[in-house]
Amino acid sequence: MSRKKLSRREFVAATALSSAALITAPYVRGAYAAGKLSMGFWDHWVPGANSASTELVNEWAAKEKVEVQLDYITSQGNKNIVTIAAEAQAKSGHDIFQMPTWWPQANAELLEPVNDIMDPLIKLNGDVNGTVKYLGQADGKWLGVPASVGSQIKGPCSRIDLMKKYAGIDVQEMYPAGSPPKADNWTLDTFLKAAEACHKAGFPFGIGLGETSDNVDTAGAIFQSFGAQLVDAKGNLTVKTDAVRQALDYYKKLIAFLPPDVAAWDDASNNKWLVAGKGAMILNPPSAWAVAKRDAPQVAEQCWTHGFPAGPKGRFAPYLPFFWSIWSFSKNKEAAKSLLSYLSQPASIEKMVVASGGYDLPAYEKLTTLKVWAEEGPPKGTLYHYPNPYKHQTLSIAASPAPPKIAQQIYFQATLTKMCLRYYQGESMEKTLAWAEGECEGFMRS
Amino acid sequence: MVDVAFQPNRAAAAQTRRRRVGLRNALRRKSMSAFLMTLPLILLIAILVIYPAIYSVHLATLNKAMTKFVGFGNFEFLFKRETFWLVVKQSCIFAISAVVFKALIGFIVAHFVHNVPANKQRKWRGMLLVPWVIPPAMSTLAWLWLFDPSYSAFNYTLSFFGIGPIPWTGDAMWARFSVILVNVWYGAPFFMIMYLAALKSVPEQLYEAAAIDGANWWQRIWYVTLPMMRNIIAITTLFSLIVTFANFDIVRILTAGGPLDHTHIFATWAFRVGIEGSDIPLGASVSLFMVPILAVAAIFILRDITKRGNES
Repeated sequence: MSRKKLSRREFVAATALSSAALITAPYVRGAYAAGKLSMGFWDHWVPGANSASTELVNEWAAKEKVEVQLDYITSQGNKNIVTIAAEAQAKSGHDIFQMPTWWPQANAELLEPVNDIMDPLIKLNGDVNGTVKYLGQADGKWLGVPASVGSQIKGPCSRIDLMKKYAGIDVQEMYPAGSPPKADNWTLDTFLKAAEACHKAGFPFGIGLGETSDNVDTAGAIFQSFGAQLVDAKGNLTVKTDAVRQALDYYKKLIAFLPPDVAAWDDASNNKWLVAGKGAMILNPPSAWAVAKRDAPQVAEQCWTHGFPAGPKGRFAPYLPFFWSIWSFSKNKEAAKSLLSYLSQPASIEKMVVASGGYDLPAYEKLTTLKVWAEEGPPKGTLYHYPNPYKHQTLSIAASPAPPKIAQQIYFQATLTKMCLRYYQGESMEKTLAWAEGECEGFMRS
Repeated sequence: MVDVAFQPNRAAAAQTRRRRVGLRNALRRKSMSAFLMTLPLILLIAILVIYPAIYSVHLATLNKAMTKFVGFGNFEFLFKRETFWLVVKQSCIFAISAVVFKALIGFIVAHFVHNVPANKQRKWRGMLLVPWVIPPAMSTLAWLWLFDPSYSAFNYTLSFFGIGPIPWTGDAMWARFSVILVNVWYGAPFFMIMYLAALKSVPEQLYEAAAIDGANWWQRIWYVTLPMMRNIIAITTLFSLIVTFANFDIVRILTAGGPLDHTHIFATWAFRVGIEGSDIPLGASVSLFMVPILAVAAIFILRDITKRGNES
């Protein structure tokens, strides 16, 4: 078989012709002209809640001609945070990752700033609460867009009947659906008296003292109500203060009225406690109530979600936001920003909140009065005060205002609940404080 | 000279021929074929074991932000932490007591099974291996429900006898007992099957000779069974010690290290510090602390086995 040899002249001519053809050809926009985008979203507890996110992403992808790959990653067994650690190490993976609470700060150096989309979103949806700013910003740089999906307040979920019967408190009157709270008397002292009364009646409050998030969040809110901080915003140790002593004394009194096994409680224990009808109150988002609707409707129709009791330094409620963050190694940052902007439009947020049955909480102040919270039931209006519509409590996270990288250690080592348990189990106050101070010193390493 | 000038490739061709012959000879050698056949496994181990091990050593030498080399700085830091020494103590208690009980129970049960008539042994072996073949994460979940702080099935049963409720996972001592119990339950069948295999390989004539000499059952175990099983016992103990020291799932699922850190072992604390606390270098240092402990144990046990092998 003969092979024609290509001369140098012919090669140059062919190359010039094909280059000219490519340059002058009309631009054809294909189905995925804007490239690919992959995202790792949190796999929602609420059945069917993921479908709203999927629909929104697909709508955006069709409009923008982007090929999307959407993975839902569970937080069961901490799979999501293990994946974050792996992607951060490999500097490869999804373009967008939905990160819980502390992880944007922990990976701040590896995240694309999103100030250019956050500023217009805040103008559109209203300002975000202080906890979102604390967890989502580093040196003025937004590390992610607050995701309504998965964000939650862990406020009290009370049994209307038991609280009325044994503690003499009408939680519906205190937090009426559709109108502002009348909760001036809802203080930590009232809370303690109610805990004692319900304990005597055989329905103790279900507040854990284990090392998992729910336990730590409650301790965090109560400590903040006393103004107790282990490390202040500047990174100074503030363990040995009167505020911390007061918080520990309060907890010692409270633990006496809790179930005897609370030291071993995890994040499922309080839910089971409420659903089984064993307690008059737990401190949790409405997921326990949602399970009760399915498994124990007679319990669900007696549940009312409301605000935290106030302490000497204010009324604090634990708030745990998620963020959609873009890795700095993403190859399609513009598309990622466009998608996050689309997911943060009021209509998109409402769609996701409705799909979650009101579990998800937007961080923006104009979006705390959506219809879904007023309408969900039974009983109707049970979630009305869940999103803090009247801003009568400060949304906070345990261990704040310590610098986030120190606070994350305090949070995950459960230093607060361990202090409470040690002191309750008979260790002297000064010894407990010395132990906590030693722990916090260790958390300050850089 | 002229010939050479006209055949410039001659030397190269001879070299290629020599290389081919050399390759053929090399392939003919048994050691070379063995090496080639094990190469996939060697590559797999290199990718999945050696590289991560070297990488974790590298991580352990970095500061928290992973921007600076700190040498042994992380270990120096750990040695000053009270919780770290609590974890060292607990890991030793957990691993040593669990291995001792696994070995003891495995030894006793292996003898029982060995004495079961041959036609019924298979059934017993199968049943006794069940705890070992169920993935531990699943079986530990079942144990978690049995120990549940508020709804423990054990406490429910014990209440009929007026006992309890026992804080299985809420009290430091009971929590330690619970995690060791589950580990023993999971690991004893492995010892049983290894010891059973060893028992079957002890020549019957030795027992007959011992019986003629008037040895009782204890003397038969002490002077015949145990010496014959010594190597299997040593290897099984070493293997189990390594696996038990590195355990993660049982403690993580049952107590997550609580209460008050009293059940944390190296792996669970490394996860808490490294992944949950976002201090990966410190987490890597915690997990690497096991290496010298296990290396010392391995050297002693393997040296003993080699010595006995040479003697025999």
